[in-house]
Amino acid sequence: MDVLTLSRIQFGATIAFHYIYPPLSIGLGVMLVIMEGLWLKTKKPIYHQMARFWTKVFALTFAIGVATGIVMEFEFGTNWATYSRFVGDVFGSALAAEGIFAFFLESGFLAVLLFGWDKVGHKMHFFSTCMVCLGAHFSAVWIVVANSWMQTPAGYKIVTHNGIPRAEITDFWQLVFNPSMVDRLSHVVVGAWSTGAFLVVSVSAWYLLKKKHMEFASASLKVGLTVALIASLLQAVTGHTSAQGVGKNQPAKLAAFEGLYETTSNAPLTIVGWVDEKNEKVDGIQMRGLLSFLDHNDFHTPVTGLDAFAPEDRPPVEASFLFFHGMVAIGFSLIAISALGFLYFRHGSLHERRWLLWILVFSVLGPEIANQLGWFAAEVGRQPWIVYGLMRTPEGLSKIVKANIVLTSLILFTFIYFLLFAVFIYLLNDKIQHGPHDEDLIPSGKLALPDELTHHKKS
Amino acid sequence: MTFDLNTIWFILIGVLFTGYAILDGFDLGIGALHLFTKKDEERRIMLNSIGPVWDGNEVWLVTGGGALFAAFPNVYATAFSGFYLALILLLVALIFRAVAIEFRSKQPMRWWRQMWDIGFSVGSILSSLLIGVALGNIAWGVPIAANGEFAGTFLGLLMPYPLLVGVTTLTLFMMHGAIYGVLKTEGELHDKLRLWAMSCIIFFVICATTTTMATLLYAPHIAERVKENPWLFSIVLANMLSIANIPREFHHKNDGMAFLSSCGAIITLMALFAVDAFPNLIYSWPHPENSLTIYNSASSPKTLGIMLVFAIIGVPVVIAYTICIYWIFRGKVKMDRMSY
Ligand code: HDD
Ligand code: HEM
Ligand code: HEM
Repeated sequence: MDVLTLSRIQFGATIAFHYIYPPLSIGLGVMLVIMEGLWLKTKKPIYHQMARFWTKVFALTFAIGVATGIVMEFEFGTNWATYSRFVGDVFGSALAAEGIFAFFLESGFLAVLLFGWDKVGHKMHFFSTCMVCLGAHFSAVWIVVANSWMQTPAGYKIVTHNGIPRAEITDFWQLVFNPSMVDRLSHVVVGAWSTGAFLVVSVSAWYLLKKKHMEFASASLKVGLTVALIASLLQAVTGHTSAQGVGKNQPAKLAAFEGLYETTSNAPLTIVGWVDEKNEKVDGIQMRGLLSFLDHNDFHTPVTGLDAFAPEDRPPVEASFLFFHGMVAIGFSLIAISALGFLYFRHGSLHERRWLLWILVFSVLGPEIANQLGWFAAEVGRQPWIVYGLMRTPEGLSKIVKANIVLTSLILFTFIYFLLFAVFIYLLNDKIQHGPHDEDLIPSGKLALPDELTHHKKS
Repeated sequence: MTFDLNTIWFILIGVLFTGYAILDGFDLGIGALHLFTKKDEERRIMLNSIGPVWDGNEVWLVTGGGALFAAFPNVYATAFSGFYLALILLLVALIFRAVAIEFRSKQPMRWWRQMWDIGFSVGSILSSLLIGVALGNIAWGVPIAANGEFAGTFLGLLMPYPLLVGVTTLTLFMMHGAIYGVLKTEGELHDKLRLWAMSCIIFFVICATTTTMATLLYAPHIAERVKENPWLFSIVLANMLSIANIPREFHHKNDGMAFLSSCGAIITLMALFAVDAFPNLIYSWPHPENSLTIYNSASSPKTLGIMLVFAIIGVPVVIAYTICIYWIFRGKVKMDRMSY
């Protein structure tokens, strides 16, 4: 294989692995804020136990997220050096901002969140939890700013520096609020909430099935299902606005998502189907006019098809189509699952419906897979460009790096990541089997002394 | 020397990497010393002494890297693609370190703990060495082609001088870590760490002296600036005084002062390194005219200006809560339910 293929596989694989964890941290961060907030508000010990338990799970996902994140940052320089020279002026500032404004905040207050239970007062602890959660959101903000700039560049000009052209900032705020940023950021963040919420739901449903920690599980489900339902609904809304944005800013990508080869009015939306790349058509169940409607709020407006683009400017159609449809299908399934779960929970009969509980146990895979598919659709749909319309992917490679070296690093990362993933699953399972500690029902240390709780004071 | 944006960013990136060396330096050092004790309890105390802070310490590297990318993209691109394998090794070492800290105490089995202990310690040693070797190469000079790309090989990076700097860095971090450990522990482990710290000091002084001699004999270009500007000898002097002060304070059991002196030694070493390199970021050897300087490799003044605003807003805030966190976790390590 050549350097290009290997570098693409390596980047895709390492970022996909990284992206297993941040959505969990961002989402669990929100859940922790809610749980600890509820504890402070209601003073019910069960919420303290919840916050403690989920903090431990959080620590686990966070550690791997951090360890794999540094790889991503280094890879821009190691594998995509020419790209780095081209975009450094613009893209580098977003990465640097992520370090200063997000990672420091997150890692600093994480210390208090994890180890500070007995060292600081309960308000300060809650504040730290909020800061960790905020920091995790800031990482998403800056990284999505950087990535959205690659999708829809704005606020820059091309200048020749040392005889090579490169992008330089002309307007910082235009760069930050580039045309796709707001839509994509909201969609990414909501996707992360959904991931965290469904993890809580999954584990709690499992306890209910096993008739363990029942009180803990019900309380967790209440919080989990509520957030999951809200997030799933918002996901469709923000996904819809993202799709309209893609139609406006990257029409070739939208055409690939929908496998629309010819520009047509009354463009059809494929509900399920597959792409026949050879004959340039899509087979499956289609709804006439719906794509036009979703894209332009009108059933008749024409939607640009792939025929408007030269073959060398088209993204891979089949892959984009499958990734995109996979995500949307999961999205609607998640709405259904969380709505059912929520209604039966309100009705008080959820624990009797074992089939639904089993679905809920596996539901966390939904957002995880949808997140991956979404990114694959977004990134593959951007091809053949690494920076949309400005630089093609092969042009971004490092000039001096040879295929055998990339192969070495790829094998190394594959090996290590498989190992890490196995250990992660093993430890996660172990944590879940152990379940919450009963002593967590009684706050310890300084936290034991909030005014109203003095009767819980431990010896 | 005009005080323009490029110079300011040269200094700021120096500050970020110095912060990294001081902070992650001690937790890398603790990691390098980890296997010296066989007792599980003592290993746990060592881990917990850095538990709440090591992640934040590593962010200095992440942010330093991001700042280098943004301020001097050509240096970032040349160095990272040129040092490809070395950096991949560094990444592997850092990954093992990070997850070993988190995973080690999650299971009681002996083999489990032994495995992650080795991961943690070897990861720490390898990271320190590689960081030192990279620094050594940059000081010595690496082959750069006229188009600004690295023109050497991976094995070419493993020359005696950079390797010597690598070992010196390792001993420096071990000394720094041992002193930190003395500050954070009590009882038997405390006494052990004190002994180790003394040995590390001796090793470090030997290495530092050897490196200095090697520099003067074989790489006179490194020390040229100091020779031309005698007032810069004050940095050399400060460096020697800080190092000499460590055993003195230690002897008087002023462990806190010993730690500060060790920080002083790191700061002055980095300052010397920066002063000699300026205005080059990567010195090209044997073709100095191809060197990457703070001018030919920088981003536009507009970007440097925007980032300066980030730094002015961000850095004081970061420093403020870093101090808060160290304050909250001050004092000797106490184990509790949330400990590793
Ligand atoms: C929980 C995960 C999840 C779920 C259920 C969905 N998505 Fe999504 N989607 C993502 C997670 C995600 C993501 C990982 O966050 C992506 C990848 C890149 C991005 O900006 O967001 C994404 C990208 C993405 C894009 C491409 C944006 C671009 O290329 O710039 C579109 C058009 C949609 N989504 C639309 C939808 C629709 C209509 C959904 C139906 C409910 C949906 N998504 C469910
Ligand atoms: C976390 C979710 C992400 C996933 C799963 C992901 C996945 C991928 C995949 C699969 C490719 C290869 C596409 C192809 O070769 O056809 C790719 C390319 C790339 N992505 Fe992403 N990506 C993610 C986020 C990001 C972000 C946030 C950035 C930038 C800040 C980014 C920058 C790049 C770059 C520079 C490439 C170049 C290589 C190429 O186009 O082949 N990605 N990504
Ligand atoms: C190419 C793209 C990316 C790069 C270069 C990158 C870089 C990094 C780095 C260096 C870290 C470690 C920080 C530390 O040491 O504390 C990290 C962690 C993290 N990243 Fe990424 N990242 C990328 C993609 C993403 C995406 C797409 C998201 C979310 C939308 C994200 C969210 C996070 C979060 C929340 C953390 C904290 C650790 C965790 O929560 O697991 N990153 N990333």
